[in-house]
Amino acid sequence: MIEIDGLNVVFGTGPRTVHAARNVSCHVAAGESFGLVGESGSGKSTVLRALSGLNPDWTGRMTVAGEALQRRRPKSFHKRVQMVFQDPYASLHPRHTVDRILLEPLLIHGLDDREQRVLRALDEVGLGPRFRYRFPHQLSGGQRQRVAIARALILEPSVLLLDEPTSSLDVSIQAEILNLLWRLRRERKLTYVLVSHNLAVIAHMCDRLAVMNAGRIVEELDVAALRAGAFTQPYTRQLFEASRGYDRAAADKFVTFD
Amino acid sequence: MSEPLLTVEDLRVLFPGPHGTVEAVRGVSFTVGREKLGIVGESGSGKSMTGRAILKLVPSPGIVTARRLTFGDVDITAADQRTMRDIRGRRISMVMQDPKFSLNPVMTVGKQIAEAYLVHADASAAAARQRALELLAAVRIRDPERVYDLYPHEVSGGMGQRVMIAMMLVPDPDLLIADEPTSALDVTVQMQVLAIIDDLVMKRGMGLIFISHDLNLVASFCDRILVMYGGRIVESCRAAELHRARHPYTRGLLAALPRFDRPPAELPVLNRDPSWLTGPEVPG
Repeated sequence: MIEIDGLNVVFGTGPRTVHAARNVSCHVAAGESFGLVGESGSGKSTVLRALSGLNPDWTGRMTVAGEALQRRRPKSFHKRVQMVFQDPYASLHPRHTVDRILLEPLLIHGLDDREQRVLRALDEVGLGPRFRYRFPHQLSGGQRQRVAIARALILEPSVLLLDEPTSSLDVSIQAEILNLLWRLRRERKLTYVLVSHNLAVIAHMCDRLAVMNAGRIVEELDVAALRAGAFTQPYTRQLFEASRGYDRAAADKFVTFD
Repeated sequence: MSEPLLTVEDLRVLFPGPHGTVEAVRGVSFTVGREKLGIVGESGSGKSMTGRAILKLVPSPGIVTARRLTFGDVDITAADQRTMRDIRGRRISMVMQDPKFSLNPVMTVGKQIAEAYLVHADASAAAARQRALELLAAVRIRDPERVYDLYPHEVSGGMGQRVMIAMMLVPDPDLLIADEPTSALDVTVQMQVLAIIDDLVMKRGMGLIFISHDLNLVASFCDRILVMYGGRIVESCRAAELHRARHPYTRGLLAALPRFDRPPAELPVLNRDPSWLTGPEVPG
């Protein structure tokens, strides 16, 4: 479904150049859930933003469903590929009601039967019609993230790009959102690309993952290998150990990888 | 556990507002000795307000009451601002979550540490600089001389947090309150910063109150855990025995965490029982 080959993203010029994605290649099959994991500055979000069209400055080759991606994306691309962001406080318009937030993509794409689509989208994310005329400030963080997911799903896309979708939520709310994403993928046969710094979330949600560091993919592995701790790269092992909780002896052995 | 450094009995924090009074902390009792005590809870549980109330740093119009709030021989409930200024920093220090908002952006990090030393000790500028360099080395900054002259925007998140910790250790406090000190950091850096706090607490025989939302992290780092929900302590246990927690809230939180050693399935969702808000009080 998604093919990325030799993706490079460079910010700035001269001595302040930051090479945020270095020759990144990965393929995601239709219906697969693919994780991108790494620490801050690893380039995981950069890859997702280039793929989604939010950052037009990239070189390399990317295709979605066999169509090569250009800098400018046609409407049909956004109908197929939608994105959910980390911070539901920032990604919803504060002065638009939930109704208007959900209607906007329908108007842009000229879809009919809007009333029913809005109600169905709210129902699917577990919110129900009573939330339809509320403003984002009248919702909790978890409810806002549900609205953001409803907005992404209302165009019936086949690919969902998820950028740290539960990082700003409490664990009990995170469980609800992860369950929702899990159920939606099963019901709609969606393809996911999930970016997270949390290895446990990736292990829970993905079939396969790529570990990124300093703009490069360090290692690609399937989730069974992650669970079994079968890594080939020392960077992945260190990340895994750090994710398992505090260990005084392990902390001394951590090194910086470039 | 040794003689308690801090004793808290029936601590309450109230915020009067136009729509009635909000009770952020509703009768919390615990003691802290020379140990690592973790306070865990979700947003709105009252964990941060508990930490702030100990230093009388609850913002206006908040009201703090307690049957007893004593630190060593000082009665904090009765202490005036002057006494509190003496306690803050010198005897109880606090490390906040984000170094970006806690450091002065127009002063080099070294000068900020030296300033903290000059406030607490009668020393020369040269001695303060020397002490600041020692502390930068103590939090394992490799090149203290170079880092001394850097501004906060020139250091990474992990280094900024180490600078914060160095600053808090200037007056050799008895108790350190750390409110989500590593939540903004990458996991590996987080572990390194925790190792520094761990060593310092052990070496100096300090007490530590570690406030966090991360149940697993607290369980692996602290000696004892208090779990807060709705402004109250609902569970108090040894960190090593967290997996045997009895309260349904604690059990629910543990079950809701995605794990490596469990094949993916629906995560159990927390069903909040209203009786948790009124259940029996748990002393910590």
